[in-house]
Amino acid sequence: MLELAIGIILGCCALGAGIAMIAGIGPGIGEGNAVAKACEAIGRQPESKSAVTSTMIMGCAIAETTGLYALVVAILLIFVAPGIMVDVLVSAI
Amino acid sequence: MKENKTRTVKFKIVDILLLIFMIFPVLGALLLEILTRAPSKGITLTGAQIFIQIDMPIQKLYITEAQVNSWVVVVAIFFLCLYLTHGISAKAHTKRQLLLEWVIEQTEKLVNGNMGEAFAGFAPFIASIIALSAFSSLISLLGLYPPTSDINIIAGWAMAVAGIITYYRFKCGPLGYVKSFCDPIGMAPLNIINEIATPVSMTFRHYGNIISGVVVSVLVGAGLQGLSQLILGSIPGILGEIPLLQIGIPAVLSVYFDIFSGCLQAYIFAMLTMMYVSGAFNIDEFEIRKRKKALKKANGGN
Repeated sequence: MLELAIGIILGCCALGAGIAMIAGIGPGIGEGNAVAKACEAIGRQPESKSAVTSTMIMGCAIAETTGLYALVVAILLIFVAPGIMVDVLVSAI
Repeated sequence: MKENKTRTVKFKIVDILLLIFMIFPVLGALLLEILTRAPSKGITLTGAQIFIQIDMPIQKLYITEAQVNSWVVVVAIFFLCLYLTHGISAKAHTKRQLLLEWVIEQTEKLVNGNMGEAFAGFAPFIASIIALSAFSSLISLLGLYPPTSDINIIAGWAMAVAGIITYYRFKCGPLGYVKSFCDPIGMAPLNIINEIATPVSMTFRHYGNIISGVVVSVLVGAGLQGLSQLILGSIPGILGEIPLLQIGIPAVLSVYFDIFSGCLQAYIFAMLTMMYVSGAFNIDEFEIRKRKKALKKANGGN
C-alpha cells in the first residue's frame, strides 16, 4: 500500500511539472512577436540597429519571466516536492 | 637610471604577487571541489554541498559551496581591480589602464543614460553588480559550482536591491513613502504586491536562466554518454569504454549557456536594478522638499 502511495506521489509530481511547463507557450509567442517587430524596425531604419537590438534583448528577458516562474515550479516539483511529501506520508503513518 | 630599474623590478614583483593572490583563491576552491565532490555517473543534479553547519537560535546556519565560491569570486575581483589600478597615472600608457578606463567610461555612460544625472554616484555599484554576477556565472567554466545556480545567493542580491529601492522611496519622507504607493489612488494594494514581487521576480529571472542551462547541459551530457555507449560499446578494448561523443559537443552548449547567458543575465540584472531604483525616486518631490527644509532652517535661524 505504501508503495502505491509513493508511486502516486511521484507520478503526480512529474505530471504537475509537465503541466506547469505549458506556461512556456506564452513567452515563446511573446518573444517571437518582439523579435519580429525588432526585425521590422531594423528593416525600416538600419541605422538604429544597436539601440533596437539592446532594447529587444531587454524586453525578451522581461517577457521570459513568466516562463521562468513555471520552470522554477517544475524544478521544485521534480527535485524537492517528492521528498517532502514522502516524508509527510511516512510520518503520518 | 639604476634607481628607475629597481623601481620597475619592485613594480613587477608587486604585479606578480597581485596576480598570484587573484588566482590563489580560485585554485583553493578547485582543490576543495576535488577533495569533497563525490564521483558521479549518469544524471546527477544536486544542490550546493554543505561544508559546515553552525547552530543558531532559529535555524541552522549552513556554509555551502555556493557561498564559498561567491567569496572566492569577491576576493578574485578585488585583487583583479588592485592589479588593474596598480601603477595608474594621469597619462594612460599601459594596456590595463586603457582597459580599465574603457570599462569605467562604459558603465558611467550606461548609468547616466538609464538613471539620469541624479544617480551619477551609482556607477561603481552597477559595475560591481555586473562583475560579481558575470564572474559568478563564468566560474563554471573552471568546473566549479557557479554561485548563481543557487537561489539563495541571488535572493541575497535581490534583497539588497530591494533595500536600496526602499531607501530611495523614503528619501521624500515617511509621508512621501506612503504617497508613492497611492499613485493612482485605488491601486495601492496592487502597488504593494508589486513592491514585494520585485525582488522575487529578479531572483527567479536570474536563477531560472542559469539553472535551465545547467539542467539542459546535464541532460545532454548524460544523453551523449548513453548514445556513445550504444554506438561504440560493441568495439572491444578500451576504445569502447570512452564516451567519445561527449567530447566537444557539450562545449557548444557551454558557449551559449555559460558565457552568453551568464553575461546577458548580469547585464539584465544591473539594468533592472537601475530601472527600479531610478523609478522609485521621485526627484521633483525631493527637490521641493529639500527647498522647503532649507527655507524652514533659514527661518528658524532668523
